[in-house]
This record gives sequence, structure tokens and C-alpha cells, in this order.
Amino acid sequence: MDIAAALARLAPRLSVSATSARNAHRLSGGASLETWAFDLDDGTPLILRRRPDNAPPRDTAQPLAHEAALIRAAAANGAPVPVVVHVCEPSDGLGEAYVMGRLEGETLGKRIVRDAAFETVRPGLAHRCGQVLARIHATPPETLPALTTSDALGELARYEAIYRQTEAWRPTFEAAFRQLERLAPRSDQPVLVHGDFRNGNLMIHPAEGLVGVLDWELAHPGDPAEDLGWICVNSWRFGQWRKPVGGCGDYQALLDGYAEGGGGEIPLSRVQFWQALGSLKWGVMCLMMYASFATGADPSIERAMIGRRVSETEIDLVHLLEVMA
Amino acid sequence: MITCPTATELREGLDRFDRLDDGDGRHAFLARVADNARALLAREAELGAAAEAGEQARLSALLGRDGDVQTLNRLLCESLAAGTLSPTDPAVMAHLRATAIDRIAIDQPTYCGLEALLVTRA
Repeated sequence: MDIAAALARLAPRLSVSATSARNAHRLSGGASLETWAFDLDDGTPLILRRRPDNAPPRDTAQPLAHEAALIRAAAANGAPVPVVVHVCEPSDGLGEAYVMGRLEGETLGKRIVRDAAFETVRPGLAHRCGQVLARIHATPPETLPALTTSDALGELARYEAIYRQTEAWRPTFEAAFRQLERLAPRSDQPVLVHGDFRNGNLMIHPAEGLVGVLDWELAHPGDPAEDLGWICVNSWRFGQWRKPVGGCGDYQALLDGYAEGGGGEIPLSRVQFWQALGSLKWGVMCLMMYASFATGADPSIERAMIGRRVSETEIDLVHLLEVMA
Repeated sequence: MITCPTATELREGLDRFDRLDDGDGRHAFLARVADNARALLAREAELGAAAEAGEQARLSALLGRDGDVQTLNRLLCESLAAGTLSPTDPAVMAHLRATAIDRIAIDQPTYCGLEALLVTRA
């Protein structure tokens, strides 16, 4: 499939002053979905999100048209997101895809956490994340596409099933599954949860801070504390473990921002529960990626080495199990 | 026992990497990963045997029986899954803590979670 040619043909429908598209190139990252950057000839910077040809179906991923619809719904409720410009039709020749505005900024956590360029926005990021999550969670349900609800017990059961399939024997994971099951909060009022709100999916501008929440592939109705806990997982603090919120700020700033944004009070213990479940999920994902090396499906040294990142999640889980005990 | 992957599997992955052409752009990234893998294997060669001996001794004391480390570790997993051992049992938690600390020293000695665990202990 010639993506560049298809985008050039689509250009007049993306902007009234455009006749063609240029500079189409695939961005790295994103195994399940392709992300392409391109420009229109009137200068508009855009992004194409598309499912690769012959992509295997994923039980957790939603159709891209749903993803586009919920980005629009979150935008209408005041969340910072890219503008969805066009949801592709079969006649566009791009497969399952949509086009959105390309925001300026940085997504790489290592740079956001350490680079001098982000010094001025870093101290406010945790509070801002809380405010933005409150906006996302308040998205009216009637404006959303059909999505499958998932609560704490549901997530635990799903990841325990995946862990059992890997046939690994990790006592820390066994302990975490049982302990988190005991502590699982009941979600009486499910809200729209982003599902992957962390460094890497947040566009940070050096002057304006958080300007866009990206990658809505895993969004679902669920417990609001899921998003607050996930951004606090130690694996995306990039060495800044004393700053739990993405290596940039404190729990209290996140919770204050959330309350001020209209999200209500969430106890820290509930955030830490989801943080622990987040470490457990990331650990199981590492085991899954190692499994693709062990079976020979992907024999690269990278897939082998990610298996040894399981021990980072075990360190974090031991710490959190001690804190929560 | 140190697995997922074992040192043998890691060496096989490295051998395969060393036989690859270095023409494409992904190679530079994989070369850094391969360097990390070699450093990890060197740490495991130094620390692995003691870590496993410690793990075996702790498991044996915790479960009250002898056996090789693989069998005992599996038994601990099964006991936790079945609920015959509690995840909050202090002896279980002490074992998980010691094992995690030994593992990270091999797998990722600069990982900041280790400092977090050591510093904030009550």
C-alpha cells in the first residue's frame, strides 16, 4: 500500500487550501498501530493513525473509528487532545485509519524528566495531569462509542490468565495477584478511563506543558483511580523515583489537581492500589514479550532482554506490598 | 532459579545478533541492547550462583523441606495461588524482598526502584 500517494489524494478533504501532501514518514514506536507524520502543501502538520495490513486482532483494542470518536468526545469536554480531522473510509485507500492534527512538543519521558528545556513546566505537570484526568473522566457517557467496562477485579483476572499462559513461576506475582484481589476497590460509578495515561503518551510542550493526551487505544469505562495510578508506576519515572507522578511531581499535586478539576477526592491508597496493579500488568507484559522470544516468534535480543525487566516490576511490587500491608 | 530468559537463552540471542548484517537502522538500537546483554551475563557469572544458593536456602527454610530451587520455587508459587501461604506472611515477604534485591543486582543494577525499596523501609 502506498501511504504517501493515498495521503496526497486525500489532501483536499483534509484542508480547504490543500491540494497535496508531502513528507509522509512512519514514526517509530507503536507495535500494534502505525503512526505516520505528514504535511499538507498548505503547511498543515498532520498525523495518520492506521492499523497495519494483516494486523492480528487484539481483544483489548477497539476499532479506530471508536478511538477517533472518543477523542472528539473528550475534546468536547475540555480535555487537551489532537483535533481529529478525518476518519478514513474504505475509498480513501488507507485501510482502518484516521487523521488528526500534529502537536508540537516532546513525548519521550527521559527528556521530559531530565532536560533543561522542560525545567519551567515540570513542577506544574503533576497538578496539570490531575486536572486533565478530571476532564477526561467527566466526559458524558452518552457522547461515547460502545466500550467494554473493566474494573479492578476484571483487570486482575485478565492479567492473571495471561500470566498463567506464560507458564512462568514468579512468587512475587503470585503474592501480588492474591493481595490485590483482597484490596480491590469496587467501582460503583465507572467513568471514561484513558487506560494508558503515562510518559510516552503525553505531549509536553516546553512552554505550555501538557498540550495533548495521545494513544486512546485502551480507553474504557472503569475506575477513575486507574489512570492516576498508572502514571505513578515507577517504570516511567526514569530514575526520579522520589517524584511518583511520571518522575515530575508528588501524589498530592496530582490529587489536588484532580479535585480542583472537578474530579472529587480520591484516597492515596486507591491510587497506590492501581499503581501496584500497573507494575504487575507491566511485569506480565514483559513476560509476554519474552515468550515471543522463547517460542521463536521474535528471536531478537531485544525480546530476550525485556524478560529481565520483570525484576524491576518485582522490586516495585515488593515495595508497594510492604507499603500497603 | 534465574530464568525468563536463562543465561543460555541470552547467549543464543546474542549469537544470533552477532550473525546479523549491520545494514539497517534498527541495528544500532539492537547493538546497545546486545551490549547490555553482555554486561548482564558478566554480572550473572559473578553473582548468579550465590543468588541461587541464597534463594534455595530461604525457600527450604520457608517451606520446611529440601529440594532443588526450581521445585521449591514452584511449590511456593502453588502455595500462594492456593492460599495455603499468605502474601502478607512476614517470612514470605522477606523472601520476596531478598530475591528481588539479588535479581535486580544482576538484571538492572542501576534501577531506581532498588533505592526506593531500601530507603523507605519502615
